[in-house]
Amino acid sequence: MTDVPIPTLRQRLNDSDLWLSFKASPVTIVAAFTTLLIFVLAFFAPVFAPQDAFNPAALNLMDGFTHPMERGAGSNMLFLLGSDAQGRDMLSALFYGTRVSLIVGLCSVGFSMLLGISLGLLAGYLGGRVEQLIMRVADIQLSFPGILIALLIFGIARGIIPPNKHETTALFVIILAIGLSHWAQYARTVRASALVERNKDYVQAARLIGIRGLAIMARHILPNVMGPVLVIATINLALAVIEEATLSFFGVGMPVTQPSLGTLIRFGQQYLISGEWWILLFPALTIVILGLAINLLGDWLRDALNPKLR
Amino acid sequence: MTQPVLSVRNLKVEFVTRRGILRAIDDISFDIAPGEVLGVVGESGAGKSLTGTAIIGLIDPPGRIAGGEVLLQGSRIDNLPKEAMRRIRGKRIGMIFQDPLTSLNPLFRISEQLVETIQTHTDMNAQQARERAIGLLTEVGIPAPEKRIDGYPHEFSGGMRQRVVIALALAAEPELIIADEPTTALDVSVQAQIITLLKKLCRERGTAVMLVTHDMGVIAETADRVAVMYAGRIAEIGPVREVVQHARHPYAKGLMGAIPTLETAADRLTQIPGSMPRLTAIPKGCAFNPRCSEAFARCFVERPDPIPVGVSQVACWLYKYGKEAAA
Amino acid sequence: MFGYLIRSVLQAIVVMLAVAFIAFSMFRFVGDPVASIVGQDATLKDRQELADSLGLNDPLLVQFARFVGNAAQGDFGISYRQGRPVATLLRERLPATIELAVISAALALVLGLGLGIYTALRRDGWAANLVMSLSLIGVSLPTFLIGIGLIYFFGVVLRWLPTFGRGETVAFGWWTTGLLTESGRKSLILPVVTLGFYQLTLIMRLVRSEMLEVMRADYIRFARARGLTDGAINFKHALKNTMIPVVTITGLQLGSIVAFAITTETVFNWPGLGALFVKSVEVVDIPVMGAYLMFVGLIFVVVSLIVDMLYFLIDPRLRTGGAVPAK
Repeated sequence: MTDVPIPTLRQRLNDSDLWLSFKASPVTIVAAFTTLLIFVLAFFAPVFAPQDAFNPAALNLMDGFTHPMERGAGSNMLFLLGSDAQGRDMLSALFYGTRVSLIVGLCSVGFSMLLGISLGLLAGYLGGRVEQLIMRVADIQLSFPGILIALLIFGIARGIIPPNKHETTALFVIILAIGLSHWAQYARTVRASALVERNKDYVQAARLIGIRGLAIMARHILPNVMGPVLVIATINLALAVIEEATLSFFGVGMPVTQPSLGTLIRFGQQYLISGEWWILLFPALTIVILGLAINLLGDWLRDALNPKLR
Repeated sequence: MTQPVLSVRNLKVEFVTRRGILRAIDDISFDIAPGEVLGVVGESGAGKSLTGTAIIGLIDPPGRIAGGEVLLQGSRIDNLPKEAMRRIRGKRIGMIFQDPLTSLNPLFRISEQLVETIQTHTDMNAQQARERAIGLLTEVGIPAPEKRIDGYPHEFSGGMRQRVVIALALAAEPELIIADEPTTALDVSVQAQIITLLKKLCRERGTAVMLVTHDMGVIAETADRVAVMYAGRIAEIGPVREVVQHARHPYAKGLMGAIPTLETAADRLTQIPGSMPRLTAIPKGCAFNPRCSEAFARCFVERPDPIPVGVSQVACWLYKYGKEAAA
Repeated sequence: MFGYLIRSVLQAIVVMLAVAFIAFSMFRFVGDPVASIVGQDATLKDRQELADSLGLNDPLLVQFARFVGNAAQGDFGISYRQGRPVATLLRERLPATIELAVISAALALVLGLGLGIYTALRRDGWAANLVMSLSLIGVSLPTFLIGIGLIYFFGVVLRWLPTFGRGETVAFGWWTTGLLTESGRKSLILPVVTLGFYQLTLIMRLVRSEMLEVMRADYIRFARARGLTDGAINFKHALKNTMIPVVTITGLQLGSIVAFAITTETVFNWPGLGALFVKSVEVVDIPVMGAYLMFVGLIFVVVSLIVDMLYFLIDPRLRTGGAVPAK
């Protein structure tokens, strides 16, 4: 058997018509720019935000409930998207809130990707009972909403971590909770490829002479599954951001001191009936737009990497 | 001369793709007489199966018939409305596909699939249709058909399933059967039986057959005439003896050289160098020119149309200008 | 057939035991059950007595067996925060959740199937494309935002529908229903739409993609070649084959609709199990969390069993004990 050289990522990109299909789809281009814009504004929030929104000293209570596009009664500052009860600029709150949401989203996606790929490889390599166990758990978990698993893990973590540390550990607990609720899809994909690879001569040979078959197999499989894993990761990023928002909306997510988009929506809901619609609307819109843009990117990636499926 | 069952005139089939329009079948013409078996051979991708699909009107987008005519008993069918064409499929043209394992719906009994086909094309009631179905199964050689008819496809072997598929194709006594590689997916031992059966049933009924295959052995034994296709065109078409023994087109010659026979005690079979061009890269002039050992200047410029050579039609410049011109 | 049934039931039992084990581990190892019940300032003697009466000093396996035994009899312990039996808490809230879940599931199933088939058959029509685009928005929109949006529009702006709670309910023994009063029915509308919408988009997209996949199958091509009507092909052949994966996945999906109701119940202050679960997570009420988990697991397992049976009815390949279908 001759060893076919594994194509580099660049070659694979060229072969897959990725750029061609990107250029041909205006929707994808808009989605990509929107995502990029949101990422940049969020990660450089301190640069772009007009106000240091979560520093109490920077707020002026007289500015409270300023309507969008109006100037605050206290500071005479222009509030493009209005302000909340404490005179916090919603635009700045959005930038900071999105940053927290994205950090949670990206970290949890990274975590679940790492976990899922490892478990998938292990299942595919070891086979037998380990494989059955891992895949069965994955099957069951996949049919439950991530939010149930995340809530459960959140609750357990709360029970273990002493109450006075809840606030400082919240970020990690949430990343853990969301990450643990999304590993199964990666594991499935990777295992499917690993199954094909497992019976190939080189893995069997490596196994026989006792060298690290798993590591060798991983090196062959990972390039093959990059495409599907990327697609799953993209769509999961949207899911993770939404899941975090839901948790925070329930009041079991990010604390008030480090609000995410979900926390902002939770605040905003109190004012919906009294008419201060902007406090809720803008964080909600941001989530919707971000989720939609990332999902569209994911859809495009899936179609472009796998043109057979439409 | 009697009217042919099927006439294909200048048929063109195209695929619209992101990279432009690909012409998969380019201007082919042929006739099939009543009761005649026309073999269509060529490498995979030559357009053999697509020709059959085009005739029966089942080309799906992004493919389309871009020109030419298909005539059944002298009347055009390629431009019929969908519903009228549907009535022709199964009723006047039967089709058999390559893989009997996947041609039958796994979730329905054989009886259901036969009866629905018979009832779609005739006025029979359920009981009559069932009796007819049992008769058909008997004819195609299914043992104990009264019992087996209520089985599911997975309870039949590959060869038996292909017999069922033949019964389905013959259900409404069509004038023409298009058999698309009907034995390729079967065991070698079963292949001959299926071909013999198909030939016998069609002869009894006077059904014309278009037999698509890449197996020259099957053609030599079964067909009356043969069409050799290459890159979406017909290279040579003629009586089977003539084409097999005195192929004229260099490609056909090469193809025939690849049949093992007892007489040619050659050490090795002839091989055609190179491979068929992809649809995206069909050369100018004669599509075969890069692989042809006899190609000359004209072959690289202009495409040859089929011209009569003996009793065959051959699309090759050698026969218009003679070998001397080539030299 | 019997073996298949037994295997399904055994699998269900294993899953239930695994879920019970998770619930047990939570109860036993997360925090200190004794301190959670009697508080930090109880005497050592009190604590030991309680630990003994809870059986916390027995071997773990015995404790687990007792836990499972109690759970099987409907005893899930005492809520840490409310001091009442968890079983009572669950029973009070069960009707609200079941009513919401069943109605949403029915709605999602009927509309999801219909729209899925429609969009698969009219793949390039503008209405199908519109539905698909809307469903993409449905998938990307967080459920709680859909709920808030509905509350704002129909509750705050139009003032047509109540925005929280179940309205007036009628009691039959321990079961309560909102279906018999006008306020109860009105209160159901928004939560049902919120919960059903996501399931609907999932089912619809699944049905569509599976049906498109099936439409590419050889037996569909052969069915078309047999001249069957579009109606027979789409609604008989394609639909039945589509149902195999759809039944499996949709069944599991609807099996976890109770868990999906968590979000809807919280947004609408619906007095169901999901809202109870969120509260218990907030205050780390472990027995309630564990019991809820087991309840969700039970529903899931029961629905899975039903799905297995359905699967069995649809697919003849399972009934005759033949090979398991590829997909």
